[in-house]
Amino acid sequence: MTHFSALSLLRHALGGNKKWEEQWPNSEPKAEYDVIIVGAGGHGLGAAYYLAKEHGITDVAVIEKGWLGGGNTGRNTTIIRSNYLYDESARLYDHALDLWEGLSQELNYNVMFSQRGVMMLAHSVHDVQSFQRHVHANRLNDVDNRWLTKEEAKAYCPPLDISQTARYPVMGAALQKRAGTARHDAVAWGYARGAAARGVDIIQNCPVTAIRSDATGAVEGVETPRGFIKAKKVAVSAAGHTSVVMDSAGVRLPLESYPLQALVSEPVKPIFPCVVMSNTVHAYISQSDKGELVIGSGTDQYTSYSQRGGLPLIEHTVAAICEIFPIFNRMRMLRKWAGIVDVTPDRSAILGKTPVQGLYVNCGWGTGGFKATPGAAHTLAWTVAKDEPHPINAPFTLERFTTGRLIDEAAAAAVAH
Amino acid sequence: MLLIHCPYCDETLPEAEFAYAGEAHIVRPDNPADVSDEEWRDFLFIRNNLKGPHYERWRHIHGCGRFFNAVRNTVTDRFLTTYRAGERRPDPESLPEDGQ
Ligand SMILES: Cc1cc2nc3c(=O)[nH]c(=O)nc-3n(C[C@H](O)[C@H](O)[C@H](O)COP(=O)(O)OP(=O)(O)OC[C@H]3O[C@@H](n4cnc5c(N)ncnc54)[C@H](O)[C@@H]3O)c2cc1C
Ligand SMILES: [Zn+2]
Repeated sequence: MTHFSALSLLRHALGGNKKWEEQWPNSEPKAEYDVIIVGAGGHGLGAAYYLAKEHGITDVAVIEKGWLGGGNTGRNTTIIRSNYLYDESARLYDHALDLWEGLSQELNYNVMFSQRGVMMLAHSVHDVQSFQRHVHANRLNDVDNRWLTKEEAKAYCPPLDISQTARYPVMGAALQKRAGTARHDAVAWGYARGAAARGVDIIQNCPVTAIRSDATGAVEGVETPRGFIKAKKVAVSAAGHTSVVMDSAGVRLPLESYPLQALVSEPVKPIFPCVVMSNTVHAYISQSDKGELVIGSGTDQYTSYSQRGGLPLIEHTVAAICEIFPIFNRMRMLRKWAGIVDVTPDRSAILGKTPVQGLYVNCGWGTGGFKATPGAAHTLAWTVAKDEPHPINAPFTLERFTTGRLIDEAAAAAVAH
Repeated sequence: MLLIHCPYCDETLPEAEFAYAGEAHIVRPDNPADVSDEEWRDFLFIRNNLKGPHYERWRHIHGCGRFFNAVRNTVTDRFLTTYRAGERRPDPESLPEDGQ
């Protein structure tokens, strides 16, 4: 594996960039693996990477129905933050944030992690109370988050309209300065490269059509159009398609899959210094390093696998953005797209063992799992390697829907996150 | 935008008039105190979430205000049929082919 450095970039540049080698091979499946991971998103690739690096398990295949990173990893608006209300979530997302801070060095691959701060706008008395509660809870958990007056918010993000006459008046904001964005594709590519260098097979264009288990109820392997592939352990990390894959193993999940849309504007010079989220009006915005405004919205109201979503939602989101940032009124939008997100009743993930021996699941990240990528991957690898929960992912069981011990971020935020 | 047929108003109208209300034909246990935790979980949380014809509830919030049921293909988002609440769940075989 080439080591990337300023020197290697310079050397290749002088050679006309003609001699870059392939960063990971497109593997053909073997007959059998110790571990198969279904889904080559950031979570699945990351889990393969940590299995190899931290647990010495390298006989691993990551099997992907399309191309790696082509799911929600490559479709999301890349907001990274950890200021969740409950202790369990704060620990998990803050663990991820700790890993984000060192990820480019860890992978020797620039994931362009930028801690430009994420500001959440409060538009109503309810918002103010709820965000201040979050700030206090976060501080008790040693999670960075602070309260800003509307003037402070404006100083942090000058395009913001804080006038009294605004359609959505700003009453203040919560700011996590440690939060920010990262380059989504680079996360998938960096983990893929690191995993492949340690012997992991990455198999693309190969849908897993069923999971097979033996008479004792232990997992046996996966069916694919390229034949049956045996495995001692299987971990499913298939985001919006998890219900379908897990159904074939007889495991029914508390998931519903919705389209979630995003769009980008034409690129412009740097104008937007941070990330702003407005949960009340369902609009999220930041500026990519290429200069595009990256805008996200809430999910469509109906479940779907169409990966399209409806225009009314985009209209609503763009209208909200124009009200909050009148300066963007005449920006032209370039592209819009959707991903299929897997939503749980309490809006918290499911990460751990399943009733099938040797079968693990990582799902339910819904509208907000990009930020969790390194943390989810890291603790999933632990769980797969040791066949037991990691202290950080332990509360995120499937059993909580039977026991009632929910991690109710849904009630805490009352919106997509 | 989806176009949805309200079986009460007998009109096909834009999605903006309607609210999605989740999977249909999930029956609340008659006596919740009698069911096991697993059954209660299934009732509250477990959903089919399937790819294909999906039986679901909608409500005509900006029209007659009533709940009704629909079968929609979740891959194409096309409605195969809509019918009134309380009517029998149509057989999958009786539904029109998607794409018509
Ligand atoms: C528009 C949008 C905006 C978002 N914005 C944010 C945000 O700002 N911040 C944030 O934290 N999160 C955000 N999210 C959510 C985030 O993208 C996801 O939670 C996260 O990327 C999930 O990662 P993953 O690796 O689990 O899933 P994915 O990247 O979706 O990977 C799953 C993979 O499994 C593959 N797969 C599915 N079925 C099969 C099968 N049968 N066989 C083989 N492979 C299969 C898929 O092709 C896919 O590549 C957003 C999502 C969307 C759609
Ligand atoms: Zn009606």
